[in-house]
Amino acid sequence: MKTLAPNNLVYDRPEGFTEMPTHYCPGCTHGVAHRLVAEVLEEMGVIDKTIGVAPVGCAVFAYNYFDTDFVEAPHGRAPAMATGIKRVLPDRIIFTYQGDGDVASIGMGEIVHAAARGENLTVIFINNANFGMTGGQMAPTTLPGMKTTSSPNGRDVETQGFPIRMSEMLSTLDGVGYCVRRSLHDPKNIRLAKKAIRLAFETQARGLGFSMVELLSTCPTNWGMTPVDSLKFVEQHMLPAFPLGDYKIAAGVAQIKV
Amino acid sequence: MTRELWKGNEAIAEAAVRAGLEAYFGYPITPQTEILEYLSKRMPELGRTFLQAESELGAINMVYGAACAGVRVMSTSSSPGVSLMMEGLSYIAGTEVPAVLVNVMRGGPGLGNIAPAQGDYNQAVHGGGHGDYRNIVLAPASVQEAIDLTVLSFDLAEKYRTICMIILDGCVGQMMEPAKMPEMKAIQRANWDWATDGTLGKRERRILTSIYLDPVQEERTNLRLISRWRAIQRHEVRYQEYFLDDAELVIIGFGTAGRVALSAVRQARQKGIRVGLLRPVTVSPFPVEAIEQLIGHVSGFLVTEMNSGQMLEDVRLAVKGRVPVEFYGRMGGVVPFTEEILREIERIAAEPLSVDSNPREQWYERMVGMR
Repeated sequence: MKTLAPNNLVYDRPEGFTEMPTHYCPGCTHGVAHRLVAEVLEEMGVIDKTIGVAPVGCAVFAYNYFDTDFVEAPHGRAPAMATGIKRVLPDRIIFTYQGDGDVASIGMGEIVHAAARGENLTVIFINNANFGMTGGQMAPTTLPGMKTTSSPNGRDVETQGFPIRMSEMLSTLDGVGYCVRRSLHDPKNIRLAKKAIRLAFETQARGLGFSMVELLSTCPTNWGMTPVDSLKFVEQHMLPAFPLGDYKIAAGVAQIKV
Repeated sequence: MTRELWKGNEAIAEAAVRAGLEAYFGYPITPQTEILEYLSKRMPELGRTFLQAESELGAINMVYGAACAGVRVMSTSSSPGVSLMMEGLSYIAGTEVPAVLVNVMRGGPGLGNIAPAQGDYNQAVHGGGHGDYRNIVLAPASVQEAIDLTVLSFDLAEKYRTICMIILDGCVGQMMEPAKMPEMKAIQRANWDWATDGTLGKRERRILTSIYLDPVQEERTNLRLISRWRAIQRHEVRYQEYFLDDAELVIIGFGTAGRVALSAVRQARQKGIRVGLLRPVTVSPFPVEAIEQLIGHVSGFLVTEMNSGQMLEDVRLAVKGRVPVEFYGRMGGVVPFTEEILREIERIAAEPLSVDSNPREQWYERMVGMR
């Protein structure tokens, strides 16, 4: 397939990836997020000492795509499983890759306490405002009024509560070294997201505590939109509800230059 | 090594340390908390991992993670906490990684109480979590046996890549007895060919998972679990026999109930009643063959438990209606007195027994009438 001369090559499979095509829906930003993580692992030269923890959710098969050791956690328990691995293998790089059902709903206890303990691990948190894998049910991050298969009339905050802002919540914990929210809706923001993912892994590599990057993501299939409209939806509706920003950058992390 | 006075829970903790326990994750719950407390001091002074988790859910998933990394890992809890761990146990079973879990059982169901009970027998021997799997389940009746079985549990868990549970109760857990500790074993990480500990550029990457989306593959996994279980059944059945040579009546009881029964057997022997005791040490795999050997030699069995007759079902499956089976149980945290079991022995010795009777029904009638 490689018809390009190497000096003209501008885009290739990062070393952190296997050759397996992903199972994600067309237009879904999981692929972008995966690629950013793989690129960062390659750039840091840590692929061979990384162990990933896959969630229950659309990314349940993430281990098929990353060229590292991987385990598959019960729904929401990835931070606990990652804690178990990191505590006995402190010189390895451990990351969890979790969706909003995993992190903000069933795994709330595990994520909060891993953060509070300052576990030296990195969480890649995909926020696409719904339960993707089970077909688009309401998540804790579903926007007010947003229609899902389990909030067919739109999320009614009177009876179904308000969206949870994980990055803001976790940033209040002293064990957190790095906690930011980024978005994957356009190239500029994707570049910013990659830098954040790099900083999160650098935080871990330096033992500066818990790190999490929340990534606002699309779910065209369950949102019932085209991929382009989904990106617009993130920009127009998710950004106001989930403001991008650096919610916690510990002093030691602020000095990291990448 | 000389004998020292050890409390059961602390003895289990120290025995695990000496067997090479590299990481412990737990959560406080009576009557097992001494294990957690002991290890909170002992593990860090040896440079090993101790972590008090946010919940039993957290603890068992930390165990799961560390087990995938290939180290000797354990958690301990008591009945309500063990119920919370069932999700993780099923995943550990499905992923085929070794782990040790101690359940110092208490009265239940629900919050119950903290008194000694054996109501979690069914949960332990039938796997407990969702899906099709079995655990090795060891049931110590003394502090010494708790030590020995703790050491054994790690070897068994690793040998068969399975969960090894130790079930006891507050009697054994809280009681102090003279016991011998094994020698301290240095931590030596096994170079497992399945552990996800990072490739370090030396090998192909590994994946540990319990998901097999293709039903045929999942069925194959189940068959692999069964095949391993059959090997466990062949090689790992353990039990203790007392006064069985000339016994006409044989009591079957495990853990504390078996220990109380032994006192009753001794007293009955003094009265000239030919009674013996079979005490399963592995309640799973169950000592079916040991019972088979007794058929034809004995006139009856008496199952004693601190529950409503959970192991009784396994005994009846083994006896297959060929010999009468009687039952005596106390529940809810009530430990039977020796005299109660002696009374049962005397009743059975005096009464003609029938293979047609339903032992649990009759026991229930006697229990209700007794009040």
